[in-house]
Amino acid sequence: MIRFEDVYKRYPNGREALGGISFALERGEMAFLTGPSGAGKSTLLKLIALIERPTRGAVIVNRRNTAGVSRRSVPGFRRRIGVVFQDHKLLHDRTVFDNVALPLVIAGFGPRETGRRVRAALDQVGLRGRERDAPITLSTGEQQRVGIARAVASRPDVVIADEPTGNLDPELSLEIMRLLERFNEVGVTLLIATHDLKLVEHLGHRTIRLVAGEIAADGLAPGGSQPHRPTTPHSTSPDRHGSRYRD
Amino acid sequence: MIEATTRYFRLHAQNLSGALGRLLRHPLGSLLTVLVIAIALALPAGMRVFLTNVGALSGSWEGAADFTVYLDDAVTEERARELASEIDARADVDQVEFISRADALEDFRAQSGFGEALDALEDNPLPHTLVVRPEQTAVDEMQALAESLDALEETAQVQLDTEWVARLRAMLELVERTVDIVSALVALAVVLVIGNTIRLEINNRSTEIEVMKLVGGSDGFIRRPFLYLGFCYGLAGALIAALLVAAALALLEAPARALAELYASVYTLMGLGWRDTVILVGGGAALGWAGAWIAAARHLRAIEPT
Repeated sequence: MIRFEDVYKRYPNGREALGGISFALERGEMAFLTGPSGAGKSTLLKLIALIERPTRGAVIVNRRNTAGVSRRSVPGFRRRIGVVFQDHKLLHDRTVFDNVALPLVIAGFGPRETGRRVRAALDQVGLRGRERDAPITLSTGEQQRVGIARAVASRPDVVIADEPTGNLDPELSLEIMRLLERFNEVGVTLLIATHDLKLVEHLGHRTIRLVAGEIAADGLAPGGSQPHRPTTPHSTSPDRHGSRYRD
Repeated sequence: MIEATTRYFRLHAQNLSGALGRLLRHPLGSLLTVLVIAIALALPAGMRVFLTNVGALSGSWEGAADFTVYLDDAVTEERARELASEIDARADVDQVEFISRADALEDFRAQSGFGEALDALEDNPLPHTLVVRPEQTAVDEMQALAESLDALEETAQVQLDTEWVARLRAMLELVERTVDIVSALVALAVVLVIGNTIRLEINNRSTEIEVMKLVGGSDGFIRRPFLYLGFCYGLAGALIAALLVAAALALLEAPARALAELYASVYTLMGLGWRDTVILVGGGAALGWAGAWIAAARHLRAIEPT
């Protein structure tokens, strides 16, 4: 579903954000991306969403090499990816309904189908009945749930999340992660960048640790249960027992 | 196919209503922009109306190109009438009016106020006169006709002010050309005003644009609301410009009528008319669309998710 093959990313200012990243995330898999600030987590997610392009190597998402996606085809490519942001990126002059409906309207769904999917998504994140509210009237946690509803409303194959719990307290963070887990349970492939190592350990999913643009560890966090299937010769060997997971 | 068409029109309808809503949500700012566009468009539109009226007036001034042919005193009235018929039959002559010396004297007596002085004259000093209207009003052709009439044995004098006609035509051409240039400059100004307004709108909505791009909004999808906004600005500006021209004409109607009456004439000012109104309104909307397109093409590309 997501495959990185010896991916390098150097920014125009000369900073090398990623240096030879290789890993694969299979359909329906859920993984955390951890590491200190500047390790390359956000860059890696940007390469998946085609916000950035790799300097070298191949990024394959939904069996499509992003190098072959032309500028005109980027919107269509992004419609198959859900993105959750730390700052939610909600439109505050629109209602909750309109925010969640945005990707559906863009994808060309009719009003009836859009309404049905928005209500379903809001139902899944526990915000049914808040359709007419302005995002500004919601709590931070609720705003993040609206962001998640928007990311999953068009039922994308892949959801990536960049520090989705960055602004939340531990309880709300766990709540948001549990919510994302529920989407993973129904088959959505999830890659979540986070600083919250306690939460990662608590949830126990596969964790890819980046340090200075390279994979320092790739394996199950303590308590993890998902299998990891490496698909490229460059992949860091996983350790189901978490022996390579250094935190 | 039907679904795609329905979706296409639904999106356009949403964008149009969204643009109108955006104008109404910021009434003062929108009104100021629309008024600037309206005043700019009203200027060339008003000048066109002025030219139309001058053109219509100059039609009634065709008499200014008439020749007055004064016949020799020795020419009898019978011969003068024959001569009028002969000249009228010429291909380069539109019509000929014969004024006998007696009629001329009566007219002069009535208009000059010198009735008693004229009674003191023993003979009528005025000649028979032919007022000749040429078929063509081009200066060269009029000059040729004048020379031809002057060469007649019965002619005493031909009076023609071709220089005045030439000056009038030159002035009209100059004004027409000026209006063309002003119209082009105003069109450019409207495109720039709307383009700048749309640029500010794009800057204000950069977060929304970024989010739209992140969730898969295509360039066309993101650009379309701005195009409709530009279209609405141009359309509203042009409609108000048409109203401004109509209001100006209404204010000028009474003085123009009074002026015409002083010349014992009746003249009604002509307005834009349906055709010109459609051109003005359609042109305004098209300029709005064009200004928005240029601004959107230039500035939307600069906003990318980070």
